[in-house]
Amino acid sequence: MNTAVRKGSVSTTETVLAALGAMLLGTFLLFGVGFAQPQVLHDAAHDGRHSFAFPCH
Amino acid sequence: MALFRRLILAAVAAGALAGTTVSAVQQVTTVPLILEAERYEGDGPATAGHAHGHSHSHDIAAGDAQTHGDAGTGDAHGHAIFADAERLGFTVLANLMVGVAYALLLGAAWLLTGAPMDARRGLLWGAGGFVAFTLAPAVGLPPELPGMAGGELAARQLWWMSAAVSAAAGLLALAFGRNRLVVAAGLAIAALPHLVGAPHADAFGGAPPPELAARFAALSIGVAALFWLVLGAASGAMLRRLLPAQS
Repeated sequence: MNTAVRKGSVSTTETVLAALGAMLLGTFLLFGVGFAQPQVLHDAAHDGRHSFAFPCH
Repeated sequence: MALFRRLILAAVAAGALAGTTVSAVQQVTTVPLILEAERYEGDGPATAGHAHGHSHSHDIAAGDAQTHGDAGTGDAHGHAIFADAERLGFTVLANLMVGVAYALLLGAAWLLTGAPMDARRGLLWGAGGFVAFTLAPAVGLPPELPGMAGGELAARQLWWMSAAVSAAAGLLALAFGRNRLVVAAGLAIAALPHLVGAPHADAFGGAPPPELAARFAALSIGVAALFWLVLGAASGAMLRRLLPAQS
């Protein structure tokens, strides 16, 4: 079970919170770069979106 | 939240490295094909690529920097508002953000599994990221050039996300599932978007030539593989260094 607790001094709660926080932030960033539709975001990320194969148009 | 800060720091470092690497590689692989494809957009033989009504911003671009030689077609692409240097800068910025975003997801998933980590194990995590976020969506929605015919954008984006997230869930279940039921459920979830099927255009006939599109699809998947391996190895090395107690 609690691998993090066994290995170090960090609590399971902090581990889960840190992971969830990072996941939330990553999802938010990814959505902004890859999926958000405002024209200026689309235009700026255009070549990156195509290169990473996000649906773009 | 020292742990959170370290996780972020590791993701920023790994994402920056992978984003920078892929930016350089893109400029000599995928980006030239995108520019080439845009030449077919305005006066291409077919208009199916524009049938789904994406609005380009070239109207506001009037008189602005226009250096791609596709002005005057009346249907140049949206980012025509950017000059070359700006366009490159924004592309690099977007790549850095994609790198940090994926590194955050990778780091978070790893932290929850409690698995050991280093640069070599990170390579395997990167390969997993490639399968989940590149290969699984690409099987249904091949990487697209500007001007290609496609289904409705929102539907494709939703399918893309479903394919990626379910593949990630399936891989994690396969690797870390405690019993067969978890593994079976994970694989079923991963298969689901593919059984439903990706949304496509009603008819073929996008603007770019098929040879160009095929080259682009293969190249972008290859470049993504490189990106994910760099991201995985760098994430592994950074996480090992910054979160030694967890790795």
